[in-house]
Amino acid sequence: MSFISRGFQRRQAPAASSDRVPPGQYVTRDFPVLSAGPTPRIRLDEWRLEIIGEVDQPRSWSWQEFTALPAEEVTLDIHCVTKWSKLNTAWTGVPLDALLNGLETSAGFVVAHSYGGYTANLPLDDVTGGKAWVAYRYDGEPLEPEHGGPARLLVPHLYFWKSAKWLRALELRADDAPGFWEGYGYHNYGDPWREQRYAGD
Amino acid sequence: MAGTAVRRRLTWAIAEVVDRTEETPRVRSLTFDVPEWPGHRPGQHLDVRLTAQDGYQAGRQYSISTPAEGTRLTITVERLDDGEVSPYLTDALEVGDRIELRGPIGGYFVWEPDRGGPLQLIAGGSGIAPLMAMLRERLRARSDVPVRMLLSWRSSEDVIYADELNAIARDATGVEITHTFTRSAPDGWTGRTGRLDREALAALAWTPSERPLAYVCGPTGLVEAVASALVELGHDPARVLTERFGPTGG
Repeated sequence: MSFISRGFQRRQAPAASSDRVPPGQYVTRDFPVLSAGPTPRIRLDEWRLEIIGEVDQPRSWSWQEFTALPAEEVTLDIHCVTKWSKLNTAWTGVPLDALLNGLETSAGFVVAHSYGGYTANLPLDDVTGGKAWVAYRYDGEPLEPEHGGPARLLVPHLYFWKSAKWLRALELRADDAPGFWEGYGYHNYGDPWREQRYAGD
Repeated sequence: MAGTAVRRRLTWAIAEVVDRTEETPRVRSLTFDVPEWPGHRPGQHLDVRLTAQDGYQAGRQYSISTPAEGTRLTITVERLDDGEVSPYLTDALEVGDRIELRGPIGGYFVWEPDRGGPLQLIAGGSGIAPLMAMLRERLRARSDVPVRMLLSWRSSEDVIYADELNAIARDATGVEITHTFTRSAPDGWTGRTGRLDREALAALAWTPSERPLAYVCGPTGLVEAVASALVELGHDPARVLTERFGPTGG
């Protein structure tokens, strides 16, 4: 039983789609920006996306090659560990299934590496099977740098820090290794529906 | 950029209000006594949780504005009129009331004297809160790390910690504090007005050759603009740390 805060009452009406809002989250219409340092500016002619690590053959795409891959348009809800959720966000991206298709690996985990040095770790099973994309358009427009452009990982079923901005490489690994925020005490997996905000939740 | 924080389970603790200070008409500082508090580092934040009689709960994150001091800590809260948590904290909560909180959270946007400097602190509005913890720690620890603090406010009525900042600017050695006003400056103001753009940062901040460690906190627009301008001026992006302290958060 939680401690009752004297006189505190709900002020915000429950969202109409409250079954889509995980526990402890509130719905925002803004698109808040969170990052630990300056926004990297990556020239498209210098941009590359790589798949490295425990793979039979590393893969790499230039911007032209990457954006020529079949992309999907998806509309989905995102949930930030700082407690905002944003519903019906519209993205264009290449499914990770396509990027990883035919790849031979014994890896069980993936670390997303960003331009600027950020990292986030995920089980490989959480980025395959139609659950993750590398997104490069938002709301019909090129993805803004402050929201992770040129391209970011998009893994909407986990807290949004897992959806690494400014994606540079996906490193497949046999063992798990904590990413940037995971190393500072945030939850290693980050399921919003189980409110896994911090280690031990 | 690897983290070094110890993984420790964060549990909810009861916190009793022992002091509340009206910083501005919209901003209160609330000091809590938290017997179970494990301590924190300057720049870290915490989760606040409020529970209504019917079991409804709402939570938000707030930066801690004081260095670790036993079981006491202070948060500085700006009231957002359409918010759910902040108006309760600023207006309803009284000395002796208790709420739940847990932390500390975060370990990247942290400064302690052994991280060195020179230290460049840049804040917009209530984004000053975590930077105030760093500045207070610098003074408490009698560190001699040189500090420049740039503060962007809408108007003089919005200045938080005004008396304390004036006293520090007057008395502390090695600490320079510069205020700028974006909407209206005080009568007779001879200092700077307008936003903290590239030109202002070139004039007021440590230069890239002095290799400052810069902490930038405020609304997203300010943080994006200031961090980008610092990089354009030649500062090492790895020495520019940012934190958003936006109007989202309720």
